[in-house]
Parts: sequence; structure tokens; C-alpha cells
Amino acid sequence: MIYNEAIECASRENLKNLQSERLVKVVKYIYDNSPVYKQKFNKLGITPTDIKSIDDITKLPFTPKEDLRDSYPFGLFSTDIKNVAEIHVSSGTTGNPTVVGYTKRDLNLWANVAARSIACAGGKRGDIIQISYGYGLFTGGLGLHYGALRLGATIIPAATGQTKRQIKLMQDFKPRIIACTPSYILYLAEEMKALGVDPRTSSWEVGIFGSEPWSIAMRDTIDKTLNMKATDIYGLSEICGPGVAQECTAREGLHIWSDFFYPEIIDPVTNQPVPEGQPGELVITTLTKQAIPLIRYRTRDIVAITYETCKCGRTVPRLSKIKGRTDDMIVVRGINVFPTQIEHALLQVDGALPNYQLIVDREDGSLDKLEVLVEVDEKFFTDELQALENIKATIKRAIDSTIGLGVNVRLVEPKTLARTEGKSKRVIDKRNLH
Amino acid sequence: MKTISQVSIFIENTKGRLANVCGLLGDNNINIKALTIAETPEFGILRVVLNDTEKAKKVLKENGFIAKIAPVVAVEVSDTPGGLAKALKVLADNDINLEYMYGFVEKASEKALMVLKFDNVEKAIDILQKNNVSIVDDKVALGL
Repeated sequence: MIYNEAIECASRENLKNLQSERLVKVVKYIYDNSPVYKQKFNKLGITPTDIKSIDDITKLPFTPKEDLRDSYPFGLFSTDIKNVAEIHVSSGTTGNPTVVGYTKRDLNLWANVAARSIACAGGKRGDIIQISYGYGLFTGGLGLHYGALRLGATIIPAATGQTKRQIKLMQDFKPRIIACTPSYILYLAEEMKALGVDPRTSSWEVGIFGSEPWSIAMRDTIDKTLNMKATDIYGLSEICGPGVAQECTAREGLHIWSDFFYPEIIDPVTNQPVPEGQPGELVITTLTKQAIPLIRYRTRDIVAITYETCKCGRTVPRLSKIKGRTDDMIVVRGINVFPTQIEHALLQVDGALPNYQLIVDREDGSLDKLEVLVEVDEKFFTDELQALENIKATIKRAIDSTIGLGVNVRLVEPKTLARTEGKSKRVIDKRNLH
Repeated sequence: MKTISQVSIFIENTKGRLANVCGLLGDNNINIKALTIAETPEFGILRVVLNDTEKAKKVLKENGFIAKIAPVVAVEVSDTPGGLAKALKVLADNDINLEYMYGFVEKASEKALMVLKFDNVEKAIDILQKNNVSIVDDKVALGL
């Protein structure tokens, strides 16, 4: 179902006119209301009058994540805190957390894009949706909640945790849609098996999974294990939360709602745009937000973009699945390694669920070592040592050939690696690089 | 039942892990009747015969261990020099592949009680019986 056909299927020209009109307006608004941005503009010697259309966007300064951290808590807001209706906070691994605010109009926008996203995934008015994202300061739960409310779905605000109860809610209420992290849905499937419930009999037909990168191979596993259609949702609290982009049922990329969130794809090193279809860092400008509008925000997510009309009829551009993070990428012996590559390799090995962790280490005066911890799964556990060693060797071969680097593979006990009700901790870098 | 159940548990080769598994079984009043470990530097497979396999299976699963149940044969051999050799010769002469074996912790009788694992368990039982090697059922072996 297409929630807003006029926008989602607009001609490229009409969409561009709308984007231009909105950019001109938002740039003036930010310049007049945010001292931080005003200073950034002055530094580059530009004023709002230099921005006449969306094509002028490249004249504008970037906004790195550090700007949000440095102006903690409300320094980057373009409105007085008394106009802010809701605040969300994402935990920072270093320094200050990231704080974002929403005016009532921003919340309305959020509900709008999240409703579009649920519809895009295959949801419709009257569907029952189990929202198993964290509610609270994290944007996942409430974002989908507002969207489902707007769409007219019946909400089960299950939030995270209490896995057994999640399964009971599914069995008793028969929700057609579930929204959670992709690793959590696989965890739910494992728990169902442990309880003697066949995951293929679940009532979920549509999955809206996000907040961590996941591969197409993992999508196939989810589809097969739970007999459902798994779709990818993209969002980040700095821009809005979940609902910035969403896969449709064709699943050939995530439609980015570019009437509100204008995307650019750039080379993270040179800051120059990359050609259509090439991977680069996603940079987003919020075209209508009030509380904390951001100009050319550096998401650090690596994606590719296409402007071709989708099979579903939508004309809004599509992002690839996240191919990596500019800051997640680990460089081991000069080779760029993304956790998603490991996942892809693991799924080539029959039976291995993609639960793994990478440990990078460097002993004094020696080369970097990459160790891949893989949880032993019931499907491939045998009580013969040799058979387990063979599986280990197969995993190693698959990873080595994918990333072009020799790794150590270590089999570990099930459910010992950190995961899954939040984001998985996939990489541990023990090297002392600083 | 001519076979008894063996539980194989995957454990990482780290300090205290074996104690954890044994402690878990003990806390649940499950007794270990026979035990052996196959190990590599990184991980091991703990193989045990227990007095309550079903309960153990449940308890292990609940505590996140991965375990597998396989049928094994408990054989009585005379606890004298050459006692075991005699039984093994029967197997070798009849071309029966023995994967591995280990002993019970305590004896059910004057004889030594051994656990034998075969790839073809039915054929092995047949040969052992034909050659008058005493196979002990689970009631006797587990003292149930």
C-alpha cells in the first residue's frame, strides 16, 4: 500500500521543486535561529540568499556528529526548549550522549514518515503490529508507535525483553507485523524452538527490522526460519528516528522519504559526491524540521543510491542496505573489513546462524590478528571432535576467501556473545592504536 | 533397553567451565555415573552418562548449554587382567568399529562397567550378545 501517492510517486521535477522550496526556507530558519549554524555559515562566507535551489546544497557546511555532542544538551536546537514537545537521547560510547528534540510539528512529521514506512513494508490500516523496539529515550519504539497510530494499525507496545512473553503475545493476539532488531527476531526464533514452538507457524507475515546493519543473506534466513517477509527500516535519531527510509515489498532498496530528508552520497575522505550506484557516506539534510533541523548531517553509514523508479511505482530514491559504517570499518593489515562481510561468509556455511563477534588484536611487534568467535548452534553441533573441527575449517575458508585475509575461528558456547535486545556488539578492537 | 543414553555437552576450554556444568547437574540432583572428555585447546566435548537424562537435557538447555543425546552400550567385563581385551577382541574379530569407550565411576557388580560408543550400535549389540559379552541395561547401569 502506498500511504501518500502524490509524494511517493511524484515526478522527479515536482519532487525537486518541493525540495528546493523547502531547503530555501529551512536554511533561512536555521540561520535566523541557531547561533551555531550562523557561525558555521559565516565561516564559509555564505548567507541564506546564496541558496536558491536544492542544487546549491553543496555550498552548505557539513554537520558532523561531534557538533551535536559538543553542543550538549540543546546548543544545536533552532528553537527554544519550551517549544519542544519531546526529547530523545541516544547513548554515546564516548563523551556526551546525543540529544534530539521534536516540536509538535516534528512529531507529526515523524508519525507521517513512520506510517509511510509501515505501509511501504506491506502494512495497512487494521493490521495488528507488535512493536518490540525499546520504548523510552531510544527512538525505535515510540517512532514506530506514532507511525502505527497514524496508519490506523492496532498496536501491541511490547517493547524489548521478556522473550517468552513476546512469544505468548504473538500466539494469543496474532499480530501480522513485528518491528524489532533483526538479531532479536532470530533470537525470538531460537527461543520459540527452545519452547517447542515452530517459528514457521508464527502469525507474523511482515517484519520491520532495523537499528543495526544486516545483510540480504540474514534476510533470507529470517524469511525462511519464520516464514515471513523481512523488510529493512532505516532511521537515526539525529534525523528523526525510524522512518527515514524503508524497503517496499519488492525489497530492492530502501525508499528514502526525500521530501523531508534530502540524501547525498559522498566519498567520506574527499567529501565529493560519488556517482549513482557507488557506495559512499550517506549525508542527510532535514528539509522541514523545527526543533533540531540539521544541514548535511554525516550519518557515517555507507550506502549506494539509485534514482530509478521502483517496481512498486514509487519514484522517491532508494538506498542500498547499509554496507558498513565509516567508523565500524576496521582496517586489518591494510584491508578494510566490514562485519557484514563476515556475516555473509558465515551464512554460506550450512547451518551457521550469524551470531559472531570479531576481535582484532595486535601483539607487540607483530601483525594484526583477526579472530572470529562463532556460537555453536544446535543444528551443527555433533559429539564428534573431528566433525566440529571440520565445521571450523569450513567457516574459516569461507571468511578468508570473502575478506581476503587469514582469520582465526573460535567456536564458543551458544548465547555467550553479547547481543541482541539492543544493538549487537560485533567488533572488539583490542589494538592500542592511539 | 539394550542401550543407555549418553549426553554430550559442548564446553569451551576455559577455567571453571567443567566445574560449572558439573555444579549445574549436582544442583539439580543429577548424578554422573560415567564421564569422559574429548578436548582441543579451545573447546571440549564432555560426554556423560547420567541417572536422569531427560531432566539433564532440560536443565542444560535452560542454562544455555548445547547438548546432544546418543545411544551407547554398557558392557560388563571381568575386573581382571585381560578382561577388557577379551571383549574388544570380539569386536575386532567381527569388524565392528568402536568409536570410543570409557569406564563407569563405580561398579554395579564385581565386574568393571564400560561405556562403548559405536557407529552401528545394533550390529554391535548383536555381535556382543552372540559372543556372550554381558550387556547391562539402563536400570542396572544407572542403579535405578
